[in-house]
Amino acid sequence: MPVTVETPTEKWTGSVRKVTLGATAEQGGTRARTVTVGGETTLPFLHFEGKMPNPPAIAIEIQDYYPEDWSPLLKEAWGEALKDPAIWAERAEGYGADLITLRLRGVDNEDNETTPEEAATTVKNVLAATGLPLIVRGPGQAELDNELLVAVAEAAKGERIALGLCEGKNYRTIVAAALAHDQLVISSTPMDVNLSKQLIILISDMALPLDRILMDPTTGALGYGIEYGYSVMERLRIAALTGDTMTQQPMICFVGEESWRQKESKAGEGVPEAWGDWAKRGVTWEAMTATTVLHSGADIVTIRHPETGEIVKGLIGKLMAGS
Amino acid sequence: MPLSGLEIYKLLPKTNCKECGFPTCLAFAMKLAAKQAELAACPHVSEEAQAALAAAATPPIRLITISSDGRKIEVGNETVMFRHEKTFYHEPGLLVRVKDTQPLEEFEEVITKAASYSVERVGMKLNVSGFAVENVSGDPALFAERVEALRARADLPRVLISKDPAAMEAALAKLQGTVPLLYAADKDNWQAMAELAKKHNLPLAVRGQNDLTALANLVEQVKQAGLEDIVLDPGARGPVDTLISLTQLRRLALKKNFRLLGYPIITFPGEGAASEAEEVVLAAQHIAKYGGFIVLDRFDPATMYPLLTLRLNIYTDPQKPIQMEPGIYEFGEPTADSPLLTTTNFSLTYFSVAGEVESSGKPCWLLVCDSEGMSVLTAWAAGNFDAEVIAKMVKQFNIEEKIAHRRIVIPGLVAVISGELEDELSGWEVLVGPREAVDLPVYLKLWHT
Repeated sequence: MPVTVETPTEKWTGSVRKVTLGATAEQGGTRARTVTVGGETTLPFLHFEGKMPNPPAIAIEIQDYYPEDWSPLLKEAWGEALKDPAIWAERAEGYGADLITLRLRGVDNEDNETTPEEAATTVKNVLAATGLPLIVRGPGQAELDNELLVAVAEAAKGERIALGLCEGKNYRTIVAAALAHDQLVISSTPMDVNLSKQLIILISDMALPLDRILMDPTTGALGYGIEYGYSVMERLRIAALTGDTMTQQPMICFVGEESWRQKESKAGEGVPEAWGDWAKRGVTWEAMTATTVLHSGADIVTIRHPETGEIVKGLIGKLMAGS
Repeated sequence: MPLSGLEIYKLLPKTNCKECGFPTCLAFAMKLAAKQAELAACPHVSEEAQAALAAAATPPIRLITISSDGRKIEVGNETVMFRHEKTFYHEPGLLVRVKDTQPLEEFEEVITKAASYSVERVGMKLNVSGFAVENVSGDPALFAERVEALRARADLPRVLISKDPAAMEAALAKLQGTVPLLYAADKDNWQAMAELAKKHNLPLAVRGQNDLTALANLVEQVKQAGLEDIVLDPGARGPVDTLISLTQLRRLALKKNFRLLGYPIITFPGEGAASEAEEVVLAAQHIAKYGGFIVLDRFDPATMYPLLTLRLNIYTDPQKPIQMEPGIYEFGEPTADSPLLTTTNFSLTYFSVAGEVESSGKPCWLLVCDSEGMSVLTAWAAGNFDAEVIAKMVKQFNIEEKIAHRRIVIPGLVAVISGELEDELSGWEVLVGPREAVDLPVYLKLWHT
C-alpha cells in the first residue's frame, strides 16, 4: 500500500498589518512610488499555507555627515558619495534600494551639534534627490532626537516618512510630530516580546493608527546576539499570526548598523588569519545577518553595503517565487 | 511522541504495590514521564505496555551518526520547530565537497586547508565538520584512490557521493573501520544501494525529487530492505523550495509523528545557488531551518567563519546563555595603579571586552559582574547591571584592597547610571567608557590615573 503524505499546514488566524511608506503626487507627496510591507498570513516564505503579499523591502542607510567612524570597506564602496547625503541617496536608489534610511548623526564633522534647520534641509535635499520613500532616524539622544525629528516631520509634510526611534522612555514627542504631519513611526524595544507589545499599545493610545507603526525588535549581529533577536522575532511573528493584535506590526531590522560595528567587519589587520579575506567577510557578515532575520520575519532590512543589497535582493526574489 | 504521566499510568498495573520504590503507580508514571525513573523498576508491567512505552520513547527524528577514526557528526533527535520552545540539540555538520575529477594537487590542497581550519569564538574552537567526496568520473578505481587520499589527509567524517554501487563498494574498501554516509539511493538504484548499506551497516541517504509522497514511499522500500539509519534529501534545490521542504519534513516528523520521514536531512546549498555568495546565504538558511548535513561546494575562511558562527548562535540553548564566572580578571600584569573596567558576565560581552583589552597591551583589571549572563543593555534593563549590583561586586571582590586609585570605568551604554554609582560607592569617581568594546584600545591609550 503506497503511503500518501498530507501537506502539514498550520491554521493561522491572524495576519501582519500592512503598512505603506511614502506618498506619490496623487497622495499629496512627491515620491515616485510607495512601498507597502506586511500583510503576511503565514511564517516567512511558506507560500503553501498562507499569503505573503509584499516582499520584504531593502533600505540602504545613509547619513547626513561623513561617517568618519565607518568601516574602511564601506568608505571604499561608496567613495565621495558619503560626503553628500543627496548624492548618496541617489546612488543607493541606483543600487536597487526600495527605501532610504537617513540617519542623523547629531553632529557635523567639526563636532557642532546639528540644528533642526539643518536636519530639515538635509531631509529636503534627500527627498529631492530620490523618488524612494524615506525613513529618518535621530542620533539616539532623547532631547536632540525630539528637536530634530519634529523639524524633519514638518519639513517632509505629506511624504509619509517613518520617524524613529520611539523608545520606552522617549516616544511622545516623536509620535505627536507624526500625528501632526501625517508621518509614520518606528517603535523600538530591546529584544523582548512584552516590552515590544507595551510600547505599541502606548503609541496607539496616543491615537496614532496602527497602520502607521513599524516595529523594531532590535537586531543582534551575527555572532553578537543574533540568536536572541532571531527568537524574539519568531515569537512576535507567531503571536501575530495567532491573533495577538499588538504584535502585528511589520518588523524593521537595522542589520547594517549592527553588523558593521563588529570587529569582523571593521578590522582588516591584527585579526586571526582564520577570519579570511576582509572584504568578503564584511559583506558576508551583513548578508548573513540579513538572511537570518528575513527567515524570522523581517519586513524591512536596513543595510549599508551595496553588495549586500545585491545578494539580499536576489535571495528575496527567489524566496518570493511561488507566492 | 513522548507520553504524558497519565498516559503512562494507564499502561501500568495500577496495583500500587510499591515494589518500584514509589508510593503509587501514578507517582511512578509521573517519574517515568519526567525521565527520572526506568520502566524496568516495575516487575509487573505487561509486555504490551513495554512495547507501547518503547515505541513512544523512540525519538521522532532518528539520531544518525557518521564517523572517521577520531571524529563524528551526530544529527537528528530534534524535538522542536523553534529554538525558543526548548533548544536545538545536534548542530548540523558543515562539510566540504571534493570531486574525484579535480587535479590531485588541488584536491589535496582543499582537504588539507579545510581539515586544519580552526577558528576561536567565545573560548570555543570551531572547525569544519567533514568532507563529501563525489565520484564525478564514474570510475570506481579513481574514486577509491581519491577516498584513500582523503583519509590519509583528514581524519574527519565523510559522505560518499556516487550513483554507482560498484564505485561505492570500491571506496568502502578504503574506509574500513569508519562510518561514512552513502549518498544516495534514488528510485533507480535503491535496491543495490540498500543492500550495500546493509552489508556494511552504514547509514544511507535517500534522494527524492521534490515530492514528499514519492520520498516516503522510497524510504518505505529501503526500510523493508532492512535499513534503519536513513538520511533524507527531499530533492529541492532553490531557496524557496528547500525552505518549504525542510519545514514540511520537520513538521511531519514532530507534529504528525510521521515515521517514514523522521530522519535528518542533507542539503547542497551550492546546487541551488547562482553564485558563491548565494550558496553561503542558502547554507545560512539551512542552519536556521532544519538542515542536518550541509554540503558546501567551496571552502573559504571568509565564509566558513560566519557560517560556523551562525551555527554556534542558533544552536545555543536559549535557556542557558553562556556565562563567565563573576570576579576580578587580570590582563597583563596590572598594578595598584592600572585601570579598572567593569562589564557583565555574558560570555560574548566578556570575550569582546577581553579581546580588546588584550590587544591594547595595557595592563588592566576587569570586574565581571554577575548579570545572570545578560549583555550590558539587556542586563541594565532587567536590573542585573545597575549601580547597586556594580557596587556590591566592588565590595564582594575586595577591589579596594587591590587598587590604589578610586576610579571605575563603566560601559558607555550605561552612562546614565554614573551618578547613582557615585552615590553607592562613596569616594569613587565613575568614568564613562566607550559604548563598544572595539573602541577600548583608543580609550585606554588616553587613560591615566
